Amino acid sequence: MLDHSDRNKLVSVSGLKMYFPIHTGLMQRHTGDVKAVDDVSFDIFEGETLGLVGESGCGKSTCGRAVLRLYEPTEGSINMGGTEIGKSTPRELRPMRPFMQMVFQDPQASLNPRMTVADIVGEPLQEHTDLKREDRLARIYELMDAVGLNRDFAHRYPHEFSGGQRQRIGIARALALNPKFIVCDEPIAALDVSIQAQVVNLLEDLQKEFGLTYLFISHDLSMVRHIADRVAVMYLGKIVELAPRDGLYDDPKHPYTQALLSAVPEPDPTAHDSAERTILTGDVPSPSNPPQGCNFCTRCPQVLDRCRSEEPEFREVEPGRFAACHRLNE
Amino acid sequence: MLDGATPSVLDVKGLKTVFKTRRGEVHAVNDVSFHLKAGELLGVVGESGSGKSVTMMSLIGLLPSPPAEVRNGTVMFEDQDLLTATDEQLRAVRGARIGFVFQDPMTSLNPVFNVGFQLMEPLRKHMGMNKSAARKRAVELLELVGIPDAARRLKDYPHQFSGGMRQRVMIAIALACDPKVLIADEPTTALDVTIQAQILELMKDLRDKLGMAVVWITHDLGVIAGIADRVLVMYGGQVVEHAPVRELFKNPQHPYTHALLQTVPNVRGKREARLEVIEGQPPILGAPPSSCPFRPRCARAIARCEVENPLREPVSQGHDVACFHPVSATEAQNA
Repeated sequence: MLDHSDRNKLVSVSGLKMYFPIHTGLMQRHTGDVKAVDDVSFDIFEGETLGLVGESGCGKSTCGRAVLRLYEPTEGSINMGGTEIGKSTPRELRPMRPFMQMVFQDPQASLNPRMTVADIVGEPLQEHTDLKREDRLARIYELMDAVGLNRDFAHRYPHEFSGGQRQRIGIARALALNPKFIVCDEPIAALDVSIQAQVVNLLEDLQKEFGLTYLFISHDLSMVRHIADRVAVMYLGKIVELAPRDGLYDDPKHPYTQALLSAVPEPDPTAHDSAERTILTGDVPSPSNPPQGCNFCTRCPQVLDRCRSEEPEFREVEPGRFAACHRLNE
Repeated sequence: MLDGATPSVLDVKGLKTVFKTRRGEVHAVNDVSFHLKAGELLGVVGESGSGKSVTMMSLIGLLPSPPAEVRNGTVMFEDQDLLTATDEQLRAVRGARIGFVFQDPMTSLNPVFNVGFQLMEPLRKHMGMNKSAARKRAVELLELVGIPDAARRLKDYPHQFSGGMRQRVMIAIALACDPKVLIADEPTTALDVTIQAQILELMKDLRDKLGMAVVWITHDLGVIAGIADRVLVMYGGQVVEHAPVRELFKNPQHPYTHALLQTVPNVRGKREARLEVIEGQPPILGAPPSSCPFRPRCARAIARCEVENPLREPVSQGHDVACFHPVSATEAQNA
């Protein structure tokens, strides 16, 4: 990419495929695959936030988890800070874990209800460092300060906190081992509007303070516009468009991105009168049986004959902007 | 916009709902009043816990009692006070003249009955139709909400429908008996944006066709801006601001509404370098309010806010606000 040539690639993913097998019948034979992530390639530069957006079921969370090797990818290479981890064994992955961390969507489900905040935030320290008890507690306090939790709450349990505070606990845990790269999987989806802004601002502050790199997965296009530097749009297991934030929001190239952006209701009644909306018909096809040709051809308002037979190539259409659409090749 | 002469179909006054828990009482709805005119769409916005769903559930007696207790108020619907109505009278209203669409279409449809049965049930109960007439009407309804191949799909079970289609089925059920009032509780929150856009179009279309009044509960200001005629903003179990939709977005008076509009990022227009936040947490309503519920998070709080709960005062035609120190029009534009 031209304008990023001077920056380091921290994470580089190429040809990532994550298929979940379907077993049917009495013999439980392998009869097909759910192609949750189907041949996805992208780079994440040091210090940036890559937003990954798409509707539910498009494979964005699976992609994020596969990148961290929480799954066994079917195919593809993942280069994490210079180390290839696409095929690594769990034993080889273990020393890599402090480098890459995750913040989960549901803070209620991702925190053990029987552990106190200090236990939760301290667990990665216990696993990966040989800090003494006092040092560990000091580090826990430091982390709680960093995410804006009161130190006095260290010995409370998750149920005693509100949703936004629980998400802060999850973030503190992710930060414990000084990671370089954090996958944020819908970290604000379960929170109220006024609390969402608090958590997003916290993530931005932490990025500046600790030089973090984020993969920010969300279905909320307006929040991604706020936090991301570049944005990848996924549809049915594939990235259909990848572009710098302003380019993508001001001038979306792919028909799916255009439709997705026009579907976001604006908090302004006058804009609703003038807006010309592209309303997609139908639903997303099943990822176990994607359509022939382009994945989006069943709903695309600008579909060509070619789209139904031939899969478009994901290529650079403008410097730094990638898209997969036959229309853009003309 | 409708003129003042149109009679109200639903008139709620001084509604108060309290939950009794082991740790004491929770005052979820405090003195909520609003009215709904025929054919209009009233948007209700607020965060979770602001009492918007509980208000609507209390109206038609859908809250289990105990723990819920509707302490006070009147809900006039077609010359009948729903709060004093018997269970039998309520049953005749619910699903017939007042329809309800819930947030999650998977949990509100019964998984062991096919969709046709669930659609025909209110038709046969409330309208006294026989099986074949009800089936005919059910097919019509599914076509109305845009489900292709309706006759065949009546035999399908909820799990065979996608999320958006399930919500369409829920809407079809709510519309089955031509309700005067449709209450939609976060009907698009569980759906994707492209599907949400479809449902919003459908609702606008249906409202024009059928002329019913709709109460639309949501936390998404974007949805409200696109669909509502009038808006109620709720916070801490109270209505803090009420205005026609354009007026509310152009000239928000309550500091909470004002801040809420500021915290939401946009996909178009200018991108703010940093999000505005409302600091702090929403209140826990352990007692009837004796001060303004927004006070601890409010940048404009004055001494009076500590000692007195503001009442809704009109500021202009059809616009009222419950605040002692509202944001003035010039300030709102400069912000």
